[in-house]
Amino acid sequence: MSSSKFKFLAALAATGVLALGVAACGSDDSSDSGSGSSGDVSGNIRIDGSSTVAPLTEAIAEGFQSENPDVKVTVGTSGTGGGFEKFCVGETDANDASDAIDEEQEAMCAKNNVEWEEIQVANDALSVVVNPENPVECITIDQLNSIWKGGSKISNWSEVEGLDPAYDGEMTLFGPGTDSGTFAYFTEAVNGEEGNQRTDYNNVGEDDNQTVTGVSGAPGGMGYFGFSFLQENEGKIKGLQIDSGKGCVAPSVETVQDGTYTPLARPLFIYPSAEALAKPEFDAFMTYYLENVNSVAEQVGYIGLTDQQLTDAQSKLESLIGTGSES
Amino acid sequence: MASGTPGTERNRLATAGARAATVTSLERQPRGDIWMGNIFFAILLFALTIALVGLAAIILQAAINGAPAFGWNLITNGPSTLNPEEAGFRPAIIGTIYLILGVIVLVVPLGIGAAVYLEEYADGTRWWNRTVELNVQNLAGVPSIIYGILGLAFIVRGPLDLGFILVAGSLTLALLVLPTVILASREAIRAVPPSIREGSLALGATEWQTIRRQVLPASIPGIVTGVILAISRAIGETAPLLLVGAATFVTFNPTFTGDNGYSALPVLIFNYATRPQDEFRVLASAGVILMLIVLLLMNSFAVWLRNRYEQQW
Repeated sequence: MSSSKFKFLAALAATGVLALGVAACGSDDSSDSGSGSSGDVSGNIRIDGSSTVAPLTEAIAEGFQSENPDVKVTVGTSGTGGGFEKFCVGETDANDASDAIDEEQEAMCAKNNVEWEEIQVANDALSVVVNPENPVECITIDQLNSIWKGGSKISNWSEVEGLDPAYDGEMTLFGPGTDSGTFAYFTEAVNGEEGNQRTDYNNVGEDDNQTVTGVSGAPGGMGYFGFSFLQENEGKIKGLQIDSGKGCVAPSVETVQDGTYTPLARPLFIYPSAEALAKPEFDAFMTYYLENVNSVAEQVGYIGLTDQQLTDAQSKLESLIGTGSES
Repeated sequence: MASGTPGTERNRLATAGARAATVTSLERQPRGDIWMGNIFFAILLFALTIALVGLAAIILQAAINGAPAFGWNLITNGPSTLNPEEAGFRPAIIGTIYLILGVIVLVVPLGIGAAVYLEEYADGTRWWNRTVELNVQNLAGVPSIIYGILGLAFIVRGPLDLGFILVAGSLTLALLVLPTVILASREAIRAVPPSIREGSLALGATEWQTIRRQVLPASIPGIVTGVILAISRAIGETAPLLLVGAATFVTFNPTFTGDNGYSALPVLIFNYATRPQDEFRVLASAGVILMLIVLLLMNSFAVWLRNRYEQQW
């Protein structure tokens, strides 16, 4: 350990004690920054929801706050569903979602008179990954279905019909927890029904890095998650091409944006409430969001919106801003 | 004792024989017993080694993985997704310190109060006191997520309706660790010798004076141990905090009652650990070490307090 690191640790200990003292005094160094700031809006913005979308929203919030220091933005990661449970009782301004709002959530919002709008902010390629030793390069949706559907008994790659090349290896499956939007989208797209999936897989909960570790450690391993995890782990795992009837298509920025990576290309959303849209600071935030989303998206591992998608989102936002709640 | 009579002589012989038999049996232990003793000792040593090696491995791994992120940034900067190299934990550190201060303020008087009642006043033969005792012990084993749901339903929403503020997090964590403090405090109070109490009462002190002047000072070291255990558990809890509103991305310093959100170290560490990019996993490891330091600082204060009182008594 270098001496500067050691000094750092020693000082860290001292600062911790100081922090206790400062903390007790209730320091709040941002509350007194008044009119001198560059932004002309102030207030609080509270966003919760999908942990998949959160890094994007956080990156946007970071840039936005540096321009508008009087707006305090917080982003939580309760998951798409957990976030809607707070959003639909009016406790948050907007909800990040990796899966579109479902009927149950709509009903909850309606019951509490929470009006909402849906704005797409990015794209993702749900990527099916295997171990690099696995010779299989391409898989059809039917084959995926035969492996992942509820009650499936397939335990070896040789039992999957029509694989080319054939592979004889014990299959180990990894997937996200049932609260995750990724789980909801995959089961809907592959198994035809949200939530329909065999239960004897390794449930990694919200931690997709476990899928990376699991699949890279088992020759017959297989799992699925968002595109960023494939991008960051090239070499350790291999993304399968998906054949939905029109030939094999690999997950990539291009195939998602040109619409050929189906059905596993998915939109990522943010759901603002009508009440939030009536606040100027929130409108400023959303405008900033769409202006910067594509430049930030790639930086944090997402697939940006196409020009058409961006124009659609922006015109939708423009029509919403200022109108506020419809009352 | 005289040894003239045949009876006592017989006794003497019997005693000597018995002693000789015992001594020889003790000296010439069967080989199996010696082996058993050695094996037992080895097992004890093995158990201790496993525990220590596990702890050392976790700390070492976190320290090595997190080393690239060590720097002043960690305590001076807020979280950053755009510049992970410069990201830090400042709002989360302050959030955690506030949360734990809140827990201490809540849990110490409540825990000691409950323990004093149960040990000194409660009639253990009454069914309601026995029910309370049993349930305090059961509560210590309830999973933390249950307390999170309780906090969400009764503290954040429901009767208290505090909203997603830091104090709601403190209250939830305080409920979670209260049984630990009660149980430890009861043990400490029970360990005070009855002679101390009786002596005090015999000198004319009232029950309150006895508890205030004799029993509590004597049991403070044990109570502080309970508080240390409680803090150590509370500081690492993530699940209940997520439910009662701790956010992962907070760039400003939180306040106790500000309704614009707060963060906490374990929540931010968990969030960073599940990111795809390596930079964030490095930050998560550094955060683990940081949390350990915050915990050790808080506990060393408690240990100092305990030692002070131990010397006085």
